[in-house]
Parts: sequence; structure tokens; C-alpha cells
Amino acid sequence: MKARFLILLWAMLLALAGLPAIAADAVPTEADRVQQKRAIELEENLRCLVCQNQTIADSNAELAQDLRRQVREQIAQGRTDAEIISFMVQRYGDFVLYKPPVKTTTLLLWFGPALLLLGAGVALFRNVRTRARKHVPTSELTGEERARATRLLNDAPGKDSA
Amino acid sequence: MNRFILPLGIFIVLAAFLAVGLRLNPREVPSPLVDKPVPAFKLAQLAQPEMEFTQKDMLGQVWLLNVWASWCVSCREEHPILVDLAKSRVVPVIGLNYKDKPQEAKAWLKQFGDPYMLSVMDQDGRVGIDYGVYGVPETFVIDRAGVVRYKQIGPVTREALEGKILPLVRQLQKS
Repeated sequence: MKARFLILLWAMLLALAGLPAIAADAVPTEADRVQQKRAIELEENLRCLVCQNQTIADSNAELAQDLRRQVREQIAQGRTDAEIISFMVQRYGDFVLYKPPVKTTTLLLWFGPALLLLGAGVALFRNVRTRARKHVPTSELTGEERARATRLLNDAPGKDSA
Repeated sequence: MNRFILPLGIFIVLAAFLAVGLRLNPREVPSPLVDKPVPAFKLAQLAQPEMEFTQKDMLGQVWLLNVWASWCVSCREEHPILVDLAKSRVVPVIGLNYKDKPQEAKAWLKQFGDPYMLSVMDQDGRVGIDYGVYGVPETFVIDRAGVVRYKQIGPVTREALEGKILPLVRQLQKS
């Protein structure tokens, strides 16, 4: 009886020993994970204006750190992605977006490459067609030319004359 | 001859675009704040931290907001120009002391001169974000109604002051 009690006590102590380890780390909830993912996605689409070819997720400039803090705070306040994006655009302009919006001033940027490809395709098509239609003269040799060619071939220097 | 005209034309257009592109300064991002009301702030003053100052206190006047910091190297470049401007008393300049330590900011003003009507402290840079600040120094020209009319990115040079800022200030002061 006594032995059994001791084993039980020992088992309880062991179980308790594990507790502080669990208590020390707050397990991230599903909501935290979703927010974290949203923050990273937003940060990867916002330009750091100090080091212009980096996103605020990549950059370690002070401004990037401040903007990351803004993103996270606003997510915590329950703002939507669109609201956070428009907060940034109001302050820093469209340039802060890594993906520029489609509007009249950016039409050429968005559709220029496709237009260029289309133009090149049309030009190539027309070029090939006119070439195909053109009559290519067949080069038949006249009797005289043939005789001259044979003569030249036979008399060519270096030809084995044995 | 004819077949060279098209490639030559394309080359000239491309060269013209590249030449213009090379001359643009990519650091100068046009501010979306121009022609918009100046963002609101309420900050403690550098000289008297117990006193607060807001953009509303400047309503009815044309004024400049100059973003500066003691750690900012190009601020030293523009500083003598601002000191001269302050002596001429043409337009009041408010300093936004951006992400700075008060003691260092005060020491800096003592060393180089204080051209500001007053400076306010934006220690965590939040007001700076509202103003779209990304490269100190920056200077805003604000009209009587509290609308931003111009933003100078980088140091105020003599050319920028004489060519753009002062003519604009005079014009705004007349209206």
C-alpha cells in the first residue's frame, strides 16, 4: 500500500515537473498564425522607400522596421488588408506598392509588353508571307555555263592530274 | 536605304527615353500629400516638453515644416540656408525633430544655430509616417488653409529656395 502511494506521488511530481515548460511558451493560436501570415504577405508587397529595390519584409532600414510595426499594429486593430494598403498609399503614393495598380498612367507599363509582342508577331507574319509569295527564280544552267563549270572543275589546281 | 529607316527610328526613340530616364532622380518620389490637408499631429515641443503643439496652431499663416534630426548628415548641408531664411523673417519654419534624442537635438541646435520658430519631437516616427517621410531632411510648404503645396525631398539648396520655395511662399502669402 505504502509503495503504491509512493509511486503515485512520484508520478505526480514528474507530471508537475513538466508544467513550467508548458507555461513558459504561449502556444500561438490559429488566429495568431493567420495574422502573422497576413502581415508577411502585406510586408512582401510594400516597398521600402529608403532602399528602393527591397520590400519592407526584406529591408532592415529603420523606416522598414517602423512600417512593419504599423502593419502589425493595424492588423491587431482589425483593419483589413485593403485599409492597410490604402493607409500606405495615402502617405507614400503608388510607389510604395510592389505591384503597381492598373490605371491610365500605368496602362503602357501593364500592356506595353503584350502590345510589343503582338506587333512583332504581326510584322513577322507579314514578312514571312511576302517572302513566300515572291517568285524565287530557279537557277538552271545554260549549256554554255555547264560546259564552263565542268572545265573549271576539271582544271582546278590541286586536282589529282594522274 | 529604306530598310534602315525603321530600325534607326526605333533606336532614336529608345535612346531618347533612356536619356530622359537617366536624368530622373529615382529618390524623388512624388508626394501624394501635395494639395491635401496637412496631416494632423499633436506633439511635445523640444524646448518645452510640457507644451504641446499642433498643426492647427499655424492656421492662417503660410509656413514651412522642416523634418530634421541630429543624426542626419545632409541636414547640416541645408542648415545654414535655413538659418539665413530665419534671419530674413519671411516665413516661419517649424521643425519636426524626427526619431532623435532630445539632448542630442538640443546640443545640435546650440552648435549650428536654431532657425525654427519651434521644434516638435517625433521620437517614434509615427508623425513622420503620416507625412510620408522616408529621407530626412524633407521640407513642406503649407498654405494659410493648412494645405500642403510643395514638398522638398532632401536638403533645401539655395537654388530650390530661390527658385521654388520662396516664390511659392510669396505667392501664397499674397492670396
